[in-house]
Amino acid sequence: MSSASDRSAAPLLEASGVSMVFGGLTALNNVSLTVGREEVLGLIGPNGAGKTTFFNCLTGQYVPTSGRISLDGTTLPSDPAKVAAAGVARTFQNIRLFPNMSVLENVLVGRHVRMRQGAIASIFHGPGFRKGERLARERSRELLDFVGLSQVEGELSRNLPYGDQRRLEIARALATEPSVLLLDEPTAGMNPQETEDTRQLIFAIRDSGVSVIVIEHDTKFIFGLCDHVVVLVQGEVLVAGTPDVVRDDPRVIEAYLGKPPEDVAGTATEGEEGR
Amino acid sequence: MVTLLQQLVNGIVLGGLLAFITLGYTMVYGIIQLINFAHGEVFMVGSYAALATYLWALPSGIQSTWYLALPIVILAGAAFSVLVAVIMERFAYRPLRNAPRLAPLITALGISVFLQEAVRNFFPDGTRPKAFPEVFPEGQLTFLGVTVPASGLLLVVMAIILTGALQLYVNTSKLGRAMRATAQDPDTARLMGINPDRVIVLTFILGAALAGVGGVLYGVHYDNINITIGFQNGIFAFTAAVLGGIGSLRGAVVGAFCIGLIKTLAGQYMPGGTAYDYVWIFVILILVLVFRPQGFFGETERVRA
Repeated sequence: MSSASDRSAAPLLEASGVSMVFGGLTALNNVSLTVGREEVLGLIGPNGAGKTTFFNCLTGQYVPTSGRISLDGTTLPSDPAKVAAAGVARTFQNIRLFPNMSVLENVLVGRHVRMRQGAIASIFHGPGFRKGERLARERSRELLDFVGLSQVEGELSRNLPYGDQRRLEIARALATEPSVLLLDEPTAGMNPQETEDTRQLIFAIRDSGVSVIVIEHDTKFIFGLCDHVVVLVQGEVLVAGTPDVVRDDPRVIEAYLGKPPEDVAGTATEGEEGR
Repeated sequence: MVTLLQQLVNGIVLGGLLAFITLGYTMVYGIIQLINFAHGEVFMVGSYAALATYLWALPSGIQSTWYLALPIVILAGAAFSVLVAVIMERFAYRPLRNAPRLAPLITALGISVFLQEAVRNFFPDGTRPKAFPEVFPEGQLTFLGVTVPASGLLLVVMAIILTGALQLYVNTSKLGRAMRATAQDPDTARLMGINPDRVIVLTFILGAALAGVGGVLYGVHYDNINITIGFQNGIFAFTAAVLGGIGSLRGAVVGAFCIGLIKTLAGQYMPGGTAYDYVWIFVILILVLVFRPQGFFGETERVRA
């Protein structure tokens, strides 16, 4: 089958034979892939290929009809709250911040799963409570600094510009201390400068020891970013391999890049430079 | 002038009382969009639990020492209210979490009737109003001709302290943040590792504890309790929650004091006197629903698919 890599080390995240059937619709059919440590994996494919469905399976929002997903050798639970604790975090294609919370608070919510704070202790604001809160705030501010949002920590998240909201989502996801970060179209709607900033940010995240899976329509972005790329078409893995291999594969060109012009224009942002 | 001041004082005391109930209404609504009509009954059972504790659990030495008896009956009332609310959430509301919204609403009305009837049947001589024991000194302050009963002062001070503590808790603690996050987007909150069941139970617990304390203080202040106090005050509190903007804690407190003042002032100055003071409260409710359905501090759009 198509495995993303042949690394000597055991993969960090491994999906084997994942299928997801909704009624009569097979959204994912026997998808297998692996993600190594400190690896950036790109997930591309035409609209409706099942990319976001696959993310939903990884995070426990969907329970796959069949197949197994494991992180570091342990099967992931099917409850999103437990998956977060196990070390998988995500962002969304359409941003889903907590709109009426401040930027800092959004990140603090991400710390939830890493904070030990009992209901009683927080009523009486004991020393343990204060210390935990202080550490959570420190860590959250570090993350805001990391994504470049320290200046606006007090703003309500709904008032941020679009690109900043995307970065805030990333900071919030990182606050859960994931070992795998899932980014669903992180550059959608961004201008070229913001896209490049995001690319650098993803590299920095990888260098900090977090593996990243990125869904994108912008293939140029993906090929310049990822160690490996998996192409999904109609719920199945069409091709998997390094960017060079995937880029030159005639099936990919046919199924994805070689679509009629209006489709290419419709999916790529502003019909960037020809390919 | 003295009458006006006196009615203002009375209104503030009533407002403090309603605040204890309103906060629970608004928190539960904020998190699961349920108007918990049984919440008034949670207040009422707190009152009866305190009475029962006093009558049958406290030795006479403690009964006669108010500064021991008062905290004990308050804790007992709050604890019993919390117990009732947790059972209610677990067995009545949780199974209906994904049902159409009308189902839990009707369930709430059913629980309300159930709790009233349970107290009527199982509390000895429950059909008749009960004298609430004296667990707080009778005294009163008088200045400028206005009397402020000590129990009223206690009620308002407790209301201010507890609502302040609640605000602090919800705004600065991990679980408070989890509550707000769940209220805003439950699915995303779950992806952040927040277990919504725990957060919802916590919300019921906080609301019920406040209602229970309120129930006990109602008895202390008004000297008499009966099985309908929950329903009456629950409806006022509901109106206050709508007035303040349901889902908003700040709104709940402001709304409660507004309703308290409206009731006492309308009872004094509007035609019909106290016999019609309910009318004015519901006139306000109707006006709010027509002209500003989101209340003082509510959000314009709370509708979720």
